[in-house]
Amino acid sequence: MNAHLHLWLIPLLPFAGFLINGLFGRRLPKPLVTTIALLAPLGALAVVASAFFSVFVNSGSISLAYTETCPFGPWISAGTLHVDFSFVLDQLSLVMLLVVTGVGFLIHIYSVGYMTDDEGYARYFSYLNLFLFFMTVLVLAGNTLVMFIGWEGVGLASYLLIGFWFTKDSAANAGKKAFIVNRVGDFGFLIAMFLLLANFGTLTFSEIAARLAAHPAWAGGVLTWIALCLMLGAAGKSAQLPLYIWLPDAMEGPTPVSALIHAATMVTAGVYLVARMHFLFDRAPIALSVVAIIGAATALFAATMALVQTDIKRVLAYSTISQLGYMFLGCGVAAYSAAIFHLMTHAFFKALLFLAAGSVIHGLGGEQDMRKMGGLRKKLPITFLTMTVGVVAIGGIPPLAGFFSKDAILFAAFQQGTLGKALYFVGLVTAALTAFYMFRLWYLTFTGESRSHDAHPHESPWSMLGPLVILALLSIVGGWVGIERFAAYLAPATGPRPVDAGSSQLEIIFTIVAVVVAALGWFVADLFYRQKPSRPAKLAAAMPGPYNLLVHKYYVDEFYGAVIVKPLLAVSTYVLGWVVDNAILGGLAWLIGGIATFAGALLQRWQSGNLRSYAAWLAAGAAALLLFLFAPSILASHGISTFWKGW
Amino acid sequence: MTDQVPISWYLILSATLFVLGVLGFLIKRNLITVFMSIELMLNGVNLSFVAFAHEWHAVKGQIFVFFVMMVAAAEAAVGLAIIIAIFRARATLAVDRIDLMKL
Amino acid sequence: MHLILFLLFAGFCLAGAINLLLQSHPISSALSLIVVMTSLAVLYLLLGAEFLAVAQVIVYGGAVMVLFTFVIMLLNAGREERTMGSRTARAVGFPAVVALLAIFATVIIKTPGLGMAGAQDAITSTEDLSRVLFHELLLPFEVTSVLILIAILGAVALASHGNGDPHGDQERTSK
Repeated sequence: MNAHLHLWLIPLLPFAGFLINGLFGRRLPKPLVTTIALLAPLGALAVVASAFFSVFVNSGSISLAYTETCPFGPWISAGTLHVDFSFVLDQLSLVMLLVVTGVGFLIHIYSVGYMTDDEGYARYFSYLNLFLFFMTVLVLAGNTLVMFIGWEGVGLASYLLIGFWFTKDSAANAGKKAFIVNRVGDFGFLIAMFLLLANFGTLTFSEIAARLAAHPAWAGGVLTWIALCLMLGAAGKSAQLPLYIWLPDAMEGPTPVSALIHAATMVTAGVYLVARMHFLFDRAPIALSVVAIIGAATALFAATMALVQTDIKRVLAYSTISQLGYMFLGCGVAAYSAAIFHLMTHAFFKALLFLAAGSVIHGLGGEQDMRKMGGLRKKLPITFLTMTVGVVAIGGIPPLAGFFSKDAILFAAFQQGTLGKALYFVGLVTAALTAFYMFRLWYLTFTGESRSHDAHPHESPWSMLGPLVILALLSIVGGWVGIERFAAYLAPATGPRPVDAGSSQLEIIFTIVAVVVAALGWFVADLFYRQKPSRPAKLAAAMPGPYNLLVHKYYVDEFYGAVIVKPLLAVSTYVLGWVVDNAILGGLAWLIGGIATFAGALLQRWQSGNLRSYAAWLAAGAAALLLFLFAPSILASHGISTFWKGW
Repeated sequence: MTDQVPISWYLILSATLFVLGVLGFLIKRNLITVFMSIELMLNGVNLSFVAFAHEWHAVKGQIFVFFVMMVAAAEAAVGLAIIIAIFRARATLAVDRIDLMKL
Repeated sequence: MHLILFLLFAGFCLAGAINLLLQSHPISSALSLIVVMTSLAVLYLLLGAEFLAVAQVIVYGGAVMVLFTFVIMLLNAGREERTMGSRTARAVGFPAVVALLAIFATVIIKTPGLGMAGAQDAITSTEDLSRVLFHELLLPFEVTSVLILIAILGAVALASHGNGDPHGDQERTSK
């Protein structure tokens, strides 16, 4: 007995919310806008929840993987290429959907309080609903082409929301930067799709998996290229090296946007893609190594940059990049379930951290510089409590969620040969750095004396605090499901967990090491920022070189600007602008115009108005016509044949 | 022998008259003379019609000439009225001077 | 006999036509045209079209040419002046005319099976003509009469003093 899940409702409800609020929002009263905006994700969440219940509670009524195809016919049916609008619900997409709609709904509620005074209230919610629509399409997609719709769409929604306050130059530029860098990644995705088509003849995930299963010996070669191209796309979307530069700038958008899109959902799309296509990556060991290296390197790289940031949101942005690096490290050692586990817990505590930071910013009337914060513990108590939970979670301290997932990834990494062991140590160092800079943030914001003299910090309304509390609870209990049960659940979708069965002793050692490292980070942060607040400044003065390098983010933006942006601009202005546009195209237009004018002037003399010349041309025309008609017969009598027949 | 004339001679005469009419149209300067050349052309054509009517013993050929004559008469009337109107507007009968479409 | 008559009146035709081209005063051209028309009437008679011959003289010679002569005298058209005129007319027109004549002549001469016209050939009587005209071609006949009516109306409307201002008929064409 197969019930119908109506998966198509999941994207449709947010899309309806987008349309209504987008088209009519400005004329509707604010409570109505709010209701519509909240009903959309709530409806989607309800459908997901009912699906969840159908699978787990009424077990047997729905069996995964459950596919829904559009009944109005295929999208493309051209020769051998056949693409449907199809949605697939399996274990992996169910987890992602729960995260996306659940956290999304909480952030929608938070936004009601955060954006309540903003002029573009309705526009904000329509964009947010649009994002949710595209994200659910991405997650539910049954083939890469439908996923690409969602992929591009979330990029668009991200652009719209980053540049939400578009009158600010920095916000508009940040939106552009995000979209353009994403496009570079999308290029990789497209190439991968073309290669998939050429080699598999299909874009549907299940068919590709089946084809690979039927050829067990097929590995490497073109599969490596496909995987690498997919990784390029994932790197663009999930802000990995070398395409991470857009994420810190994306903090120009409203804080709930940063929480939803640039922490919990959109940036995880890259990880989701790799996990979805795990059957391909498993056959391309070189690509997997590349993924792991990129992940670990990004994690470390971003963590170092977070050490010296003074903007509270920037710290969290670099932290996101770093944690995403962990997830890719997990994927790279074929521990896809661990990566998804970390994705889930990270969604909880990163969203929590961003929303709490938003609460602090809101309470301080827009201040984002941590050097002007401090001593907010008493004034923003609930924000303080929830943020503490988030900081402890991301630091990897048991028994909160971050510990379980990070530990799972590092453990799996260690087991994968020499490269794995090296990357394990990189991950360990990054964990220490993570604990350090997160607690630095905590100390600077909440403890010590208040450095915010002009502002009057006040606690946020319950529309903002409610989601914070819920996310805090999730951050606490989210990891208790345990990696074994999680991996076993995900196994049909992502493959089995690649760890040795009898290594439980090793696991305990690793756990202790991880906790020690986290505590070390906390201790150093405590040393610097609570006990002697003047120490950081002295250290920075003592090592000006490395300090400047970190503050200027390794000059990567400047490097890209000089190597890529400036030459492109020069080519556009001089080659395309002057040569092609002005000289060639303009010259061509001038030439054609000149020819027309010249021909016109020539022909104009024919229309003289002179009767006699008209008559002359008439006679000439008549003579020519008669010649044409009678020439064959006349010439034939002389033995000359013409190629046309006359009279 | 002297009783017979080849039809082709009539036809050549007709062609010559026609061509002389065209020539007159081309070289004459007076508007009325130009019009007279047109009448000459029509007459040439009439001759060829009659010749062919005789050749094929078809009365319809001669009836066609009849109609041509009618139309030519009507045309002459209207054409000369137009020439008078032009003369009133331009005060000249020189073909080369009448080169504007609008009167 | 037939041949001599043909040659004579064909000669008159050609002479009249050429004279029309050579004369500089329109009235002389008009008179030449009358010569052409009456010669053509004789030629029609030689070809057995008795009604047409008479109609030619009456309609063309007696009506159309009279009309021409009236208009020439009304407008007091004077001698033509030699002007540059149109170079195109000479450059394009003359070769065209020559070509026309050449094609016509060639085709006519080359066409096989053209017969002879002689004195003993039957004359088409007026009765034969009218029998066909009023039986089969009655409609065209009636339409032609309507056409002539329209032409009369048009001519009257045009020539009345409604359009333009009378520039004076006394003015000469010379400039």
